[in-house]
Amino acid sequence: MLKIHQLHKSYPIGDSSLHVLKGIDLSVKEGEMVAIMGSSGSGKSTLLNIIGMLDEADEGEYILDGLPIKDLTEKKAAVYRNKFLGFIFQSFNLINYKTALENVALPLYYQGMKRAERQELAMFHLEKVGLTDWAKHLPKELSGGQNQRVAIARALAANPKLLLADEPTGALDTKTSYEIMAFIQQLNDEGKTILMVTHEEDIANMCKRIVRLRDGIIMEDTKVTQVRAEQYV
Amino acid sequence: MIKFLLEKDTWQEVFDSLSKNKLRSILTMVGVWWGILLLIGLLGSAKGVENNFNTRFQNYATNSLFIFSGTTTIPFKGYQEGRRIKLKLDDVEKIKKNVIGVEYVLPSLRGQITASRKTLSGGFGLNGEFPFRDALAKKNLLWGRYINQNDINDRKKVIVISEDVYKQLFEKGEYPIGKLIKVDNLNFIVIGVFEVVNVGGPPIEADMPFTTFQQVYNRGNDIDVLTITGDADFDINQLDADVKLLLKNIHDIHPDDNRALNGFNLGDRFEQLTGFIVGMQFLTWFVGIATLIAGVFAIGGILLISVKERTKEIGIRRALGATPYLVKRQIIVEAVAISLISGLLGIISGGLILILVNKFVGQGEDAFMRNPSVSIGMVFFALLIVILLGTLIGLIPAFKATSVKPIDALREE
Ligand SMILES: Nc1ncnc2c1ncn2[C@@H]1O[C@H](COP(=O)(O)OP(=O)(O)OP(=O)(O)O)[C@@H](O)[C@H]1O
Ligand SMILES: [Mg+2]
Repeated sequence: MLKIHQLHKSYPIGDSSLHVLKGIDLSVKEGEMVAIMGSSGSGKSTLLNIIGMLDEADEGEYILDGLPIKDLTEKKAAVYRNKFLGFIFQSFNLINYKTALENVALPLYYQGMKRAERQELAMFHLEKVGLTDWAKHLPKELSGGQNQRVAIARALAANPKLLLADEPTGALDTKTSYEIMAFIQQLNDEGKTILMVTHEEDIANMCKRIVRLRDGIIMEDTKVTQVRAEQYV
Repeated sequence: MIKFLLEKDTWQEVFDSLSKNKLRSILTMVGVWWGILLLIGLLGSAKGVENNFNTRFQNYATNSLFIFSGTTTIPFKGYQEGRRIKLKLDDVEKIKKNVIGVEYVLPSLRGQITASRKTLSGGFGLNGEFPFRDALAKKNLLWGRYINQNDINDRKKVIVISEDVYKQLFEKGEYPIGKLIKVDNLNFIVIGVFEVVNVGGPPIEADMPFTTFQQVYNRGNDIDVLTITGDADFDINQLDADVKLLLKNIHDIHPDDNRALNGFNLGDRFEQLTGFIVGMQFLTWFVGIATLIAGVFAIGGILLISVKERTKEIGIRRALGATPYLVKRQIIVEAVAISLISGLLGIISGGLILILVNKFVGQGEDAFMRNPSVSIGMVFFALLIVILLGTLIGLIPAFKATSVKPIDALREE
């Protein structure tokens, strides 16, 4: 699914620069569910953003689904993001003046899908996250957990191969976090490849593999037995 | 692109974005609307004043001057001061012969009359005129004709009256031509009714043939007013001075006596008024464009305030697969749509205001303005500027949000 080799990334800070990723090697197969862990500032988000083509690496190789991702034009990157990737953010990143349904339909709009068709498909995904009745509501009228479910529905709308989540439960309480995790596990059960950044051990243990970062390199990469989230819901 | 503009989705997206960011949209619209409104209102009013000015002057040769007799204030050649000067008919020939730059010299007589018809009557100013008067100061005749040479030769008892006189002596809608009116107890036939255009000086209310006036009022060879026009490129003020000098000579007036001959020349007034109009137009353009720019800057300010909010939104859209082109295209269409709509509203309300202005101050003889209006070209020009500026300003957040990496746009809070 994806293959990363000797990936480097630094941020310029004043005259000097901050070397954040110092040679990452990582490969993820289809159907995996990977948690990326590490202390704050260890470069988790940076790595995920590079994988998501929201940011660019300075050095190294990154191949997504057989496609080398290097020196892409922003136009190509946008198309790849739309086709291959679904994003789930800690702060949801919904468009605040669009209803839940419109938010979910947005990736489909950029695929050039017809309005009626995309509304129908968006509705289908909202139904999957249990928000049929909330379709016409604005983000501010929804709870954090509901908003994150809208965001998940949106990430799924374009049927991406890879789902990237940066602390998807970071803004939620424990119970809601487990509900969201139950959804994400279900998606993984259905075959979606999932990469998520998290701080919390319990959330990480709900994945199938944990990658630990420290000082810009992968310190530990272990398979774990998945803890199912349903039992806590 | 054309296909994109024809799609319902495009406009749905624009409508959503504009209608759901109400404050931003309304402020933007008010800015553009106000700018355009002001520009149209001002330009239209200036045009109205100009039109008014033009209609008032269109009938006059602008290089004409008027001289009428006064009373001396300085004793000269044995005459006491306080002598009433009488201009004479032979002055006409003398002026023609001796002053260079003179084109026409036209004498007229003036008096006050009481005119009546059936039970209606009134006091009016009367002029004794030659047919040529009509060439120098064109009368717009509502009915009938002006005095002709036959009237002069036969000293006919005919009269051309102004609209005002007509209104006083006739019933509304009554046809006046050929009707008799009594002028100081003599019967005169009305041969024409003219529209009143006032340029200053005493109001002209009725004209009769010069010769008839002479006879009826026993005026001998006197004249009251001289209308003199200069050759096209001849300085009217020079002419004015030359003619007065000659007349002072003929009538034994002290060269420094400025009260013995009165008068004014249209050139002077024309220049003053032209200056006024040009000044006003300049001011209008200045104020209008300044307002427009202020309006656009206000919009710019508002849009810039929303850059951060916008940038984040664009970051989200890019994460979901919007290419920079799609993002820019949408924002341009949005900016064009909003400036177009508010520009059109500005044009419509500006037009309505001009109609109202015309209704309240654009009617009647001494209206301040006449038919205030703006040219289509000007309107489009203003609209174009607004759209252009609106679009450019709309592009700032679009460029800002597409020139950084999507993650940086997303980070914006
Ligand atoms: N755009 C940027 N410019 C400069 N420095 C940056 C930028 N983005 C991240 N950094 C720095 O890079 C380092 C890694 O950041 P990153 O966001 O990847 O950490 P993280 O592991 O996700 O941390 P957290 O758990 O707090 O989210 C941090 O020290 C951060 O300050
Ligand atoms: Mg992070």
